[in-house]
Amino acid sequence: MINYASREINCKIVYYGPGLGGKTTNLEHIYGKVKPETRGKLISLATETERTLFFDFLPVDLGTIRGFKTRFHLYTVPGQVYYNASRKLILKNVDGIVFVGDSQAGRMEANLESMQNLYDNMSEYGYDLTKMPFVIQYNKRDLPNAAPVSELQEALNPGWEVEDASKFHVAPDPYHAGENLVEQLPGGEWVERAPYFEAVAIKGDGVFDTLKAVSKLVLKALA
Amino acid sequence: MTAGSASWSFTPEDFSAMTTSLNRFLAETNSICALLVDRSGQLVTTVGDSAGIDTTTFATLTAADYSANDQLAKLVGEKDFASLFHQGEKSVYVADVARRWILVVIFDSRTTVGLVRLRMKAELDELTLLVDRVFSRGRNGAAPPERLLAGADDEIDKLFNN
Repeated sequence: MINYASREINCKIVYYGPGLGGKTTNLEHIYGKVKPETRGKLISLATETERTLFFDFLPVDLGTIRGFKTRFHLYTVPGQVYYNASRKLILKNVDGIVFVGDSQAGRMEANLESMQNLYDNMSEYGYDLTKMPFVIQYNKRDLPNAAPVSELQEALNPGWEVEDASKFHVAPDPYHAGENLVEQLPGGEWVERAPYFEAVAIKGDGVFDTLKAVSKLVLKALA
Repeated sequence: MTAGSASWSFTPEDFSAMTTSLNRFLAETNSICALLVDRSGQLVTTVGDSAGIDTTTFATLTAADYSANDQLAKLVGEKDFASLFHQGEKSVYVADVARRWILVVIFDSRTTVGLVRLRMKAELDELTLLVDRVFSRGRNGAAPPERLLAGADDEIDKLFNN
């Protein structure tokens, strides 16, 4: 939403992913690190055991462009499978998505189920995830049972087929040297992947890289 | 962009029409303040005395509250609940505006819920006309929301290089 009267650009970013994957931890870290004058309150609608029940919410100002204040509203969804009704509500009018995956090998099924659920919920709203700002974060990289990034990529970010011929050219991944976001497979098919980040959200590693990447994609989608 | 709240925008004229209408409503009902919120939880505008209220958070929670109630309505076979009322020393009346925005009115014992509800109908009609104007213009492509940041790629890059 662009408000010409208050000269603000408001964007909604949703952190999605399986339960206990670190979505709330991402927001808590951002809340703790951003200057108080550039952020609002961190609101958590959670159970008494601190599991997200409805959502967490944090508004942050990331700076000014063309005289307009860029204000990002960050939301998390409840990760637990049975909270799908709440999860779907939060996706309404979303501008950008961060999928927070749990790197632990034993959580692969939960990651896949959540990713599928994200695609399903988005398509029910008529949104195409492959055509909007979308970033993946592999969290908990410090744990000894973390799966290799290549395995996570293969399972959760294998790439979607590029249909628009004007995009048939290699697009290097600006965040990983030697890797590409858009490339041609040996079979001739062009695929595009979402940018990904490794993170240890509890220490803050990768949290701001993820936020910056998705915010930039959201603003560039307006440009 | 495929989806998202950035798919619409309003001009200073819309804003002025909105605030004039809301201010008149506040005066007629003797309410404390009114917030206009879009369905995604973003605050469109606030009029009246909102000091002491975190309006950003209020807007987000209102939209969530309203969305949850929308779903509850469906579960009991209703199309929607057109309004919500939270009663206390300060009370909150929440009503749908053309399924695009939500009007929130905060009032206390200086007025009654009956009066707020009575005047609400005409106010919602006025705001609905405004919503229609904003959204039909968006569809006709007369407003330039998507072009605001055209050519601003460098500026966007700079914002994230600090």
